[in-house]
Amino acid sequence: MDIQQNKSTLEVHPRNEEKIKKIWKTAGILLAITLAEFVMAFTLERGLILYFLFIALTIWKARYIMLEFMHLGDEVKPLFYAIIVPLIFLIWLLIALAKEGSDIFLMRW
Amino acid sequence: MSAHSTDIGVSSKRGIWGGGNEPLKASYGKLMMWFFLLSDIFTFAAFLITYLSIRVSYPVYAGPAGDFVGSNEYWPVPELVFDAIPFVHGVHAPLVFVGIMTFILISSSVTMVLAVEAGHRNDRNDVVKWLLWTILGGATFLGCQAWEWNHFIHGTDGGSTLTYINSLNNLVSEVVHGANLNVNEYGPASFAQLFFFITGFHGFHVTIGVFLLFLCFYQAAVGIYDGRGHYEMVEKIGLYWHFVDLVWVFVFTLFYLI
Repeated sequence: MDIQQNKSTLEVHPRNEEKIKKIWKTAGILLAITLAEFVMAFTLERGLILYFLFIALTIWKARYIMLEFMHLGDEVKPLFYAIIVPLIFLIWLLIALAKEGSDIFLMRW
Repeated sequence: MSAHSTDIGVSSKRGIWGGGNEPLKASYGKLMMWFFLLSDIFTFAAFLITYLSIRVSYPVYAGPAGDFVGSNEYWPVPELVFDAIPFVHGVHAPLVFVGIMTFILISSSVTMVLAVEAGHRNDRNDVVKWLLWTILGGATFLGCQAWEWNHFIHGTDGGSTLTYINSLNNLVSEVVHGANLNVNEYGPASFAQLFFFITGFHGFHVTIGVFLLFLCFYQAAVGIYDGRGHYEMVEKIGLYWHFVDLVWVFVFTLFYLI
């Protein structure tokens, strides 16, 4: 391919500084949450409350990644719900397997 | 963004059932990537919830952190297992290395979203620049994970004395170093099995992601996307890459924090 052909034929738009700023802001939030989790792992007492906090913070991070980075928030509502609603099934899986695990614990020990 | 494919829109002549409509306002490729990722979310969720289930079926080590010894009787405390960093031997640096890995992966996700943003603007130079950073981040993460696995497999100097059934079906009591699928010095056998399986499956996704990113980088650099008239491939591979980051966020919480 010669260099003439390799030249861009598309119109290049200028950077949207506002959008880029938002990306860096989201990144900052993600890193801040991770840092907070890190600190909590060493300062707070281990136990169910801490585990729930960790999982809540993780889902919060996941929300940012899906809505901001994957732009799911900008998609039309039917597509948004087509992705989010099936995840409801996971709640039952979580409840069922957590119960299963704790019952095995009671039988074993 | 599917500006290239919405020219058809709703044709008044053909009406709503005449075909050519795009109710989800997204291209075929992007929709399929989303549905693939949805199925992958279920796969990873099943793995991680299984981890949680097996984890709660064991008692947790409850003594003081300083006296921790690995045993297959109870689940280990993650910050006492993952406490090594490269180049420094015998230093107790709990979760530092995995913290760095998380930082690298999240950063590569940021550079990816910047590449996608540049793709929307048809800015080839920016796309190529940010994709290169993303590839670098992905490859570094994989290198870190290789080291992490290597250390996990070879274990600590002291090891742990365990009573277990070995691969020859004999009940033995001996010092165990490191980890394999049969026994490990850190905790119950399923601890290492789940670690290998889940972080391995995630690492496999990252590996494929790096290949795809490289492909995308090459195609962007030689001007294939300019010829096509749009940079949608950057967006689709970006979705996949963010998903890999998304999974790691959960792996990090479940394996290293809880």
